[in-house]
Amino acid sequence: MSIELKRIEEQSMSASGTGFWKIIGAAALVLTLAAPARAAVEIQEVTTDSGITAWLVEDYTIPMIAINFSFNGGSNQDPAGKGGLVNLMSGLFDEGAGDLEANEFQEALDNAGAEMSFNATSDALYGSMRLLSDNKDEALDLLALAVNEPRFDADPVERIRQQVLTGIRANSRDPQRQGNQQFARALYGDHPYARENDGTEEDVTALTVDDLRGAHERLLAKSNLHVAVVGAIDAETLKADLDRMFDALPQDAELTEIARIEPKLGEEVSYEFQLPQSTVQLIYPGMERDDPEFFAAYLMNHILGGGTFSSRLFNEVREIRGLTYGIGSWLANRDFSTSLAISTSTRSDQVGQALEVIETEVTKLADEGPTADELEKAKTYVIGAYAINNLDSSASIARTLLELQRDDLGIDYIDTRVGQIEAVTLDQVKAAAQRLLIADPSVLVIGPQASETETSN
Amino acid sequence: MHLMQAAARTLASTAIGLALLAGPALAQDASPAEAGNEVVDFKLDNGLEVVVIPDRRAPVVTHMLWIKVGSADEEPGKSGIAHFLEHLMFKGTEAHPQGEFSARIAEVGGRENAFTSYDYTAYFQQVAPEHLEEMMEFESDRLTGLVLTDEVVDPERQVVIEERNSRIETRPNSILGESLNATLYQNSGYGVPIIGWMHEIEKLNREDAIEFYQRYYAPNNAILVVAGDVDAQDVRALAEEYYGPIPANPELGERTRTQEPLQRTARTVTFNDERVTVPGYSKTWLVPSYTTADEGEAESLDLLAEILGGGMRSRLYQSLVVEQGIASSAGAYYRGTSLNETAFGVYGAPRGDATLEDVERAADAEIVKIAEDGITQDELEAAKNRYLRSIIFARDDQSGMANMYGSALTTGSTVRDIEEWPDRIRAVEADDIKAAAARYLDRSRAVTGYLLPPEEEPS
Repeated sequence: MSIELKRIEEQSMSASGTGFWKIIGAAALVLTLAAPARAAVEIQEVTTDSGITAWLVEDYTIPMIAINFSFNGGSNQDPAGKGGLVNLMSGLFDEGAGDLEANEFQEALDNAGAEMSFNATSDALYGSMRLLSDNKDEALDLLALAVNEPRFDADPVERIRQQVLTGIRANSRDPQRQGNQQFARALYGDHPYARENDGTEEDVTALTVDDLRGAHERLLAKSNLHVAVVGAIDAETLKADLDRMFDALPQDAELTEIARIEPKLGEEVSYEFQLPQSTVQLIYPGMERDDPEFFAAYLMNHILGGGTFSSRLFNEVREIRGLTYGIGSWLANRDFSTSLAISTSTRSDQVGQALEVIETEVTKLADEGPTADELEKAKTYVIGAYAINNLDSSASIARTLLELQRDDLGIDYIDTRVGQIEAVTLDQVKAAAQRLLIADPSVLVIGPQASETETSN
Repeated sequence: MHLMQAAARTLASTAIGLALLAGPALAQDASPAEAGNEVVDFKLDNGLEVVVIPDRRAPVVTHMLWIKVGSADEEPGKSGIAHFLEHLMFKGTEAHPQGEFSARIAEVGGRENAFTSYDYTAYFQQVAPEHLEEMMEFESDRLTGLVLTDEVVDPERQVVIEERNSRIETRPNSILGESLNATLYQNSGYGVPIIGWMHEIEKLNREDAIEFYQRYYAPNNAILVVAGDVDAQDVRALAEEYYGPIPANPELGERTRTQEPLQRTARTVTFNDERVTVPGYSKTWLVPSYTTADEGEAESLDLLAEILGGGMRSRLYQSLVVEQGIASSAGAYYRGTSLNETAFGVYGAPRGDATLEDVERAADAEIVKIAEDGITQDELEAAKNRYLRSIIFARDDQSGMANMYGSALTTGSTVRDIEEWPDRIRAVEADDIKAAAARYLDRSRAVTGYLLPPEEEPS
């Protein structure tokens, strides 16, 4: 309760909201060494006659159902001059649908005892609902209306637009947001990943109801839909409900092709602002999710700066030297780009020292690789942590199953990943460290006289 | 999103914490088939209270040790010691030198952390059930076996200073919030930041930490919460084995706190900062907590916060954001889970041509409306239903459940209070809400914080 001070802050994950789940998705599955055969989740694939597929985990412990779904193609589908379109649309699904105006819709949703939310990342439009199983039909009827027949009435469009614009203005002098934006432009040039999902003040002001209707028609279809359901519902019932929610959608989405892009390396961005503490980010090349060496890179990253109190960076930068409160590294796998990122913050006069320690550790890992003991421990962690990080509630299981589908990892992934991780050799991890960490990284420093402190790169 | 609004949002969402508490009573309501999932609590001979919350859905267990001490228990001049000690608790014992516990947790794929608040400090691990025993062995050892040297204390002080830089010094809304609290609370420890004032953190040392540790860290001042894939009888046996032998601290006295005096003044706190482009405000009142309130009053304040500003169906949102179109955000919160008198707050930010003054005036008017005219029966039922369903949804989150029991029990509530909470919410009447608003949300005693762009006066 109240403001709590955590010992470690969750590592913030890149500009994209999907980043987080990509990483987790990459991490893998359940089962600790000692507890073998106990499957944490039993996933069924449910396909309707009309061809809509969902992954389902039946669980009747709690009388609730969690549904998560996504349409591939998020803000990266914003047309030129219409930045923020998909983001604005994501704010309007619960603002009136079918015959129900905004207020009526929300009242009906509240009465149905359900909670609905939509959000857009650069790669996908996400929706979710959690509902009490006693009121399933009322709740799903409303979800179906929201997905298929959003009204985009003038009043709510204006209201949500103004809220978005207020947000853009509120960020306009925030050094963290501005610095990160400048860094994204340096890394991605004119690729959609260089843009903010919210759009610009100018673009958002000019968006029209026709733009919203057009985006709704193009982007919500069966061809780019993924669905995950967890809770008190069986496969046959779910089939009918899937049709109820999604069968009226067009078969094929009209998606603009997005080019693959690797972040530019060797860039230095300094965003100068008088702050007692500077933030630092380094970007290295990443590893594709379907690369055979993916788990080697994943384990290598875990050893370097993964989410425990035992990583090399945590130990050297925080534990021994007290230079920071938070430091970590992660593989950021987006639909059209990958990278390995390291991030920390430190007193502004120590930035040079922190960068030096980080680069020493990076170079050491690239040159020598990890020890056999480190690799063994990393494997047991990465295997065991999957259930705790990804499968500890219906809501998190649903989110995880959705990302597994988006990553095309297969319904048996949770079972197969253990073997994939165990099979990684020390040489493979060394090779992965060589492949990713030899590069000259791009560096962002936000803080006072950033250009002078950033010497060690 | 506005900075202050974001902060207020966070508070608002945690404020509903107690609302999410669930218990056997609810389990019966929701699903009678759940025998074996009842919450069980018992006490060891040395005074350690143990709460077991079974949830057999996934092979995961959450092991939490809650110490009934927080930042509001600190001596004057030693602000931040509760939190600093929490960091230092990771520095090892004679049996398990520095890093061994964390390394072992990482090795088995577990998750760990710790946190400090005004009224409690908690340590937790999430692991597969077969590792629960080992976690108990480590945690019980750390409860009284901590070893500290200047060599590990000094760099950790730097870490905490960096933490304060991250959380407070670089964030305009945090700087304002800290000052707002110091103004709202005139005599209790809640006016001092949990992390401590910078100039006092800088002087904290090993002796301060050890003294605080020896005074407060004892089984008779702690609560063990175990949630997840466990059997209550197994947990009892393990708790007896590992925590049972630790002697109680006979010198542990009553938990006493300085209380707030009668507050009679309106106060304002203003922070102008060049990073701020959209202004915001937050108005707070001193109100009773679940622990200090008369019967039913805290429940009324919870429902008042929900009806006034709990979300998109609330009066503030509907009136200011939707109908009048003058605010980009507006809401209310109540921090009821608290040992001493606590805060009720309202916040908002303007949009379009509207000014911050317009938003504040309109929010004040909504409060007066409730205080004078009351609320409708429909509003009350809808708010109650939202709370009651949130209890069902809360059961989906094992560590969330452990948090709710731990925070309630360290702030003076009992397991029975938690079990009866849904019934007490059901018992609140419309007139109770009106009375709570009239009694507590008096503008002449409010403390208001303004976050403004450079060179702008509060309205």
